[in-house]
Amino acid sequence: MAFLIRRLLLTLPILFIVSVVCFSLINLIPGDPATVILGPEASEQAKEQMRERLGLDKPIVVQYVDWLGGVLHGDLGESLVDNTPVSQLILQRLPVTVELALGTFLVSLTIAVIAGILSASNRGTWIDYVSTGFALGGISIPHFWLGMMFIIIFAVYLGVLPASGYVPFFEDPTANIAAMILPVFATGLRESAELMRMLRSSLLEELGSDYVRTAFSKGLSRRVVVIRHAVRNALIPFVTAGGLQIAALLGGLVVTEQVFQLPGVGRLIVESILERDFTVVQGAVLSVTAIVVLINVLVDMLYAVIDPRIALSEE
Amino acid sequence: MSEVATSEVGTQTIEPRQNRLVGLWRRFRRNRLAIFGLVIVVLMILTAIFAPLIAPSDPKVQNYGLTLQPPGEGGLMGTDSLGSDVFSRVVFGARISLEASLISVGLAIGIGVPVGLVSGFFRGFWDEWIVMRIVDSIQAFPFLILALVIAAILGGGLGFAMIAIGIAFVPNFVRITRAQVLTVRGLDYVDAARSIGTSNARIMIRHVLPNSLPPILVQTTLAMGYAIIAEATLSYLGLGAEPGEPSWGSMLFQAQSYLTSAWWMAFFPGMAIFFAVLGFNLLGDGVREALDPRTYD
Repeated sequence: MAFLIRRLLLTLPILFIVSVVCFSLINLIPGDPATVILGPEASEQAKEQMRERLGLDKPIVVQYVDWLGGVLHGDLGESLVDNTPVSQLILQRLPVTVELALGTFLVSLTIAVIAGILSASNRGTWIDYVSTGFALGGISIPHFWLGMMFIIIFAVYLGVLPASGYVPFFEDPTANIAAMILPVFATGLRESAELMRMLRSSLLEELGSDYVRTAFSKGLSRRVVVIRHAVRNALIPFVTAGGLQIAALLGGLVVTEQVFQLPGVGRLIVESILERDFTVVQGAVLSVTAIVVLINVLVDMLYAVIDPRIALSEE
Repeated sequence: MSEVATSEVGTQTIEPRQNRLVGLWRRFRRNRLAIFGLVIVVLMILTAIFAPLIAPSDPKVQNYGLTLQPPGEGGLMGTDSLGSDVFSRVVFGARISLEASLISVGLAIGIGVPVGLVSGFFRGFWDEWIVMRIVDSIQAFPFLILALVIAAILGGGLGFAMIAIGIAFVPNFVRITRAQVLTVRGLDYVDAARSIGTSNARIMIRHVLPNSLPPILVQTTLAMGYAIIAEATLSYLGLGAEPGEPSWGSMLFQAQSYLTSAWWMAFFPGMAIFFAVLGFNLLGDGVREALDPRTYD
């Protein structure tokens, strides 16, 4: 319990710095933010109004405290383009990204665990070469390009899956899943490659250790030794790695959503950047990063549950 | 005095640098995949240098009479929607990619390594509570989103994209350097140097840094590959190279609208990225294995 509390307390400074970075976004724009947002042709009066709206006329600490106060009450400000509350924009887009992320994580985890176990327990055979080759290719492929290739193959030439066009799940579950398959696999293959490499190396380490030799020497079958003993221990570092992978995954989805024209949070960030709608960028980046931080806390807690040594060693 | 003493320590605990490099190369050479990676990287560098000699035409020249020609009729890799030769653009793209990754990784090393070195060497409050907490926080941001946002703040364009990618890489280098410094600073030869009155700065630069380099080298190679993807991604999203520039990422951006009609516009730049990144990854893995004493036999 003390471990959990300490872990939660440690995230506070991280969340604090993350909030400062997101807050400073507008202040860091070189030159006059109002001119950058409105364009050089805007009238002096409009710029003055923009500065006032962004609170740039107040001292920076007051600006931060005002902004943070709003954030803590769920108020992320309003879009500079059409005045919609930022939190509303994010909530509209969040389900798409969450669905993508869960799908991608599921796909990449499944592939990684199967390929990782197969290649480590058949080290040096063709199974190992195929899986490690796949993983090496997977980490070198830009996943958004893989998405484009999927579109060309599966949507244009074979015509079996749609290239784009999001349908909410509750409107038409079949169409929703059909639209999600290509983006999920395009992003998931890359993530699985990374995870598979980690699982393979930690599993190889376990397979070379004394307790595995003991298990073999008392006559246990290969399957039992690998699955019941080695995999269990190899999964411990793998869980942490998987947690860290979530940040990369969410970053990757920004581009995936662009390729497949999916209205998720990533696309919201890109669109807002191109429209210079910086309050939306600020709010969306803050939300995504806060989610990453919280997921990592959960992963650490999970880590302590599956490996009690962690929590004990910190007591 | 200190010269003599340190070189004695050097011969006792570590091989002379010359022999170490030879041993490294011998182990590296045995790894066929690593050699393959090295070949790809060398080819890419040569392509970038000799781009004007290799490319059959100017990558920016547009020919509206010859748009969207498939490979074969319209040159080796076809022509794009503006009638430019895709092969020439892919060849020149190697330049932009290499330049972008060199500059961004160079920037990340330039900031990350000194910070990690000093922070890990002195430890204490600054290290624990300021530097590492900032590193943790920056790493909480998804890499691509961070690079995207920095590029956006700076105003977009290839130059700013490189800076953005470089800054986003800094925490990686701080972390890896610091971890290595923490190991090295406790070793006997550092204590020996300290006991004969060597200054902190000299210990850091002459003893700790050189012995911390191997993992930094591996990280550099792998980061080069990732920087190529990051540059392509930012350019694809419209925050890197201008659409007219022959950058692999902006070519993919241009290709997006023609996926149904001109597969070659997307296929070839993507393959170029894939091979370039694969080359750096294989090279990095090879260097890591050659440096890892566990694979030493």
